[in-house]
Amino acid sequence: MRKEIIYSMKSIYRDDFQVMGYHFGSGHQTACIIGGLRGNEVQQMYICSQMIKVLGELEAAGCIRNNREILVIPAVNHYGTNIGERFWGVDGTDINRMFPGYDRGETTQRIAAGVFDVVKNYTYGIQLASYYMKGEFIPHVRILATGYQNENMAKQFGMEYVALRTPTPFDTTTLNYNWQIWNCEAFSLFTEETQKIHPEGARDGVNAILRFLRSRGVLNVDVPAGCTRPVLLRDEDMITVRSEAGGIYERLKGQGDPIYKGELMGRIVHPYEGTVLDDVLSPVDGRVFFAHRSQMAMEHEVLFKVITK
Amino acid sequence: MIMDVASVALPVGERLLVRKQRVEPEEPREGRKRVCIVTGIHGDELEGQAVAYRLLNEIRAHREYLDGIVDIYPALNPLGIDSIRRGIPLFDLDMNRIFPGDGAGTVAEYVAHEAVEDISGADLCIDIHASNIFLREIPQVRISESTAPFLVPLAKHINADFIWVHASATVLQSTLAHTMNSRGVPTLVVEMGVGMRVTREYCEQLTMGILNLMHEIGVWNGPTGPVREPIISEDDNVSFLNAEASGLFLPDVPFWSDVVAGQHIGDIVSPLTGEVLQRVEAEADGILFTLREYPMVYQGALLARILGGASLA
Repeated sequence: MRKEIIYSMKSIYRDDFQVMGYHFGSGHQTACIIGGLRGNEVQQMYICSQMIKVLGELEAAGCIRNNREILVIPAVNHYGTNIGERFWGVDGTDINRMFPGYDRGETTQRIAAGVFDVVKNYTYGIQLASYYMKGEFIPHVRILATGYQNENMAKQFGMEYVALRTPTPFDTTTLNYNWQIWNCEAFSLFTEETQKIHPEGARDGVNAILRFLRSRGVLNVDVPAGCTRPVLLRDEDMITVRSEAGGIYERLKGQGDPIYKGELMGRIVHPYEGTVLDDVLSPVDGRVFFAHRSQMAMEHEVLFKVITK
Repeated sequence: MIMDVASVALPVGERLLVRKQRVEPEEPREGRKRVCIVTGIHGDELEGQAVAYRLLNEIRAHREYLDGIVDIYPALNPLGIDSIRRGIPLFDLDMNRIFPGDGAGTVAEYVAHEAVEDISGADLCIDIHASNIFLREIPQVRISESTAPFLVPLAKHINADFIWVHASATVLQSTLAHTMNSRGVPTLVVEMGVGMRVTREYCEQLTMGILNLMHEIGVWNGPTGPVREPIISEDDNVSFLNAEASGLFLPDVPFWSDVVAGQHIGDIVSPLTGEVLQRVEAEADGILFTLREYPMVYQGALLARILGGASLA
């Protein structure tokens, strides 16, 4: 294992800002794994820390194949982590909306450029990600439909679902999108939790990455079997269930639960009077893919995304 | 007449209300043109608040000159303005990166969708921004290359000092301006002043400019004053000065002034060691039209922009 400072910057009063990378194996730049691009992605950083631990052991045991080099970057916005901020503390910008970056530009553009310059030539790019909507997903691999995506390769993580998302213009500045444009096979892994550590979810995430690396001929290691027939989900395979009132939200279904048409999924309750303002009913038979987490809900809130296939 | 553009029940005891003020001529008539003045997409940009106020005052004081409908949307992001936040509270994405919105999406996307639907069909839209809390900007209109042929002629009437024709970027396709221009509503983006403040002089300048533009398209028949001849420039002429050190930026030149290549613009200093960490110098002759307002900087922070090849003299 070789530790490297991927990017560094002086701060006026804080300790130097240093993005750390951990290299394993040697030779061809084969796989890059990135954790917390956002300061609150604690679970994502934790999974990377477990990967670093495991890869160190595998390297010592000679399980990394010749001419295969793996880079793990556990956190990019740890400055945000240390002050409880998801985004860059000074200006609120999101480093994951700054790729491919610009080395003569603004601060977070420079950070993105510094990181991207190091990671862009890897064959496989794996980002442990979190979503802009707050809630819980079934753990899955997400890929952007850029025309360069590889759904079959995504299934080699052995996770239950591979979600194919149609990018919006705003997605064109994410790491995943730019990795793909640079001919890297890019995948975003969504596991349970973001701000809290979920040990079981982290273990599943580590195993999914190890499974993928083994199937791509990077590691020679035994990994617990994953899902043998992952399901490809497109945008049109899910329907959105929204609230029709604002109030206290009583959730009755969670991610992964089967659901039947007309079944009660949750309730919106008047915050002062306790009366039910909205019974949230499933419009279809399916399975809950995403579930809103907060105990409060606005009207029009996306409460669930339900897989219909 | 105050009208609801979007209304969403919040969890406890209130609704999120995006409202507009509609002003019409006293005599109703079919087929009149409609102008939309939009501001407050970013909750920390307040210059447009004063413009909305002044414009309403001017129009109401002389309603006899009004020959069209004026819709003023002072706060597309009311919760952001209320909480002094650039973005929408409880939502991760910049509101000006989610247009045209989505009627079946998140609450923020729903609100954006409702606003777009409401503005659609207008004959002109003006989206007023105020830079951010970090930079001071001269009143300017920003136009993407693809829309320049039909927007620059309009922008010349708005009393701006500068029209910046910039490259079209994919990410900007999510802005209100791009959405409305794509839907056939000519939309000008105005940037001026600084975040969290109101610069009365600029607000007055833009108010007079909007009346002048309304006059130009036949919505306002009242007298209008002379407007400035804006400098029109493309990206090639704009140079950026970014911080190469982290520290305290102390500018040494007045805003909106001529500078020459090599001129001392300011210093980045360390209050801890007393050192000058970076002497900042102009890289080209031109006009300084952007200047850092918030003094603490990290490496990369934008300090100034210079419009090369231009002069105020």
